[in-house]
Amino acid sequence: MKFSVMVNEGPYTHQASDTAYHFIRAALDAGHEIFRVFFYHDGVNNGTRMTTPPQDDRHIVNRWSELGEAHDLDLVVCVAAAQRRGIADADEAKRNGKDGDNIAPGFRISGLGQLIEAGIQSDRLLVFGD
Amino acid sequence: MSQTRKFMYINRHAPYGTVYALEGLEVVLIGAAFEQDVCMAFIGDGVFQLKQGQDTTDSGMKNFSPAYRALGDYEVNRLYVERESLEERGLTEADLMPLTWEDEEDDWAEKPSIQLVSRAQLSGLLEEQDVIFNF
Repeated sequence: MKFSVMVNEGPYTHQASDTAYHFIRAALDAGHEIFRVFFYHDGVNNGTRMTTPPQDDRHIVNRWSELGEAHDLDLVVCVAAAQRRGIADADEAKRNGKDGDNIAPGFRISGLGQLIEAGIQSDRLLVFGD
Repeated sequence: MSQTRKFMYINRHAPYGTVYALEGLEVVLIGAAFEQDVCMAFIGDGVFQLKQGQDTTDSGMKNFSPAYRALGDYEVNRLYVERESLEERGLTEADLMPLTWEDEEDDWAEKPSIQLVSRAQLSGLLEEQDVIFNF
């Protein structure tokens, strides 16, 4: 089955990102396809490489990056939600006159159309959030 | 994209306590460009999003309630409001914004977008959908 996943909450504050991650791993292990992972609301905070959790805890952002690289996942951070919360890639930083970017490896910033397209193209869209 | 799918956007949160309502509405407005079969549902505290006379002056927040009036122009013209949720909050339909849309196939007649449905009816509507977003 072709799944897309929407992650609506930030890392550590809320379980949504963890559950989405474990769902995707299980789905891939079972031979399913992940069309796209879309990060919205505070979920965009899963995509900043500035995250530095204590060493004895899971590194949620790196975990996404590594899973994305291993399975060629399309990890999309919503541009409008990202702008509100200070998540930027090099292009966004330049466009908005910021002094640096913070997007984590494997993530890309794009628009809400990517979410709607995921809903149209996938067999199931799963929403993880509050 | 050839296929048309049934999209429902469920709104469960009051408009200003969290960002879900505002950012949820942004998804609906962007999604309208994809010409899918779209409806919205308002349940729980989500019914407060449609309340008339919202005034955010003292809180300093942006009053985005006028944006709901644009939904009809985007062909988002089925807004299901759960009757029980209204009643539990002491509200009636008269407390809600009079949202309308113009029916092209009926000589542009202005028609109400808001439909009150029971919890049981809404359950049936949920069953019909292909894609459900929760905000």
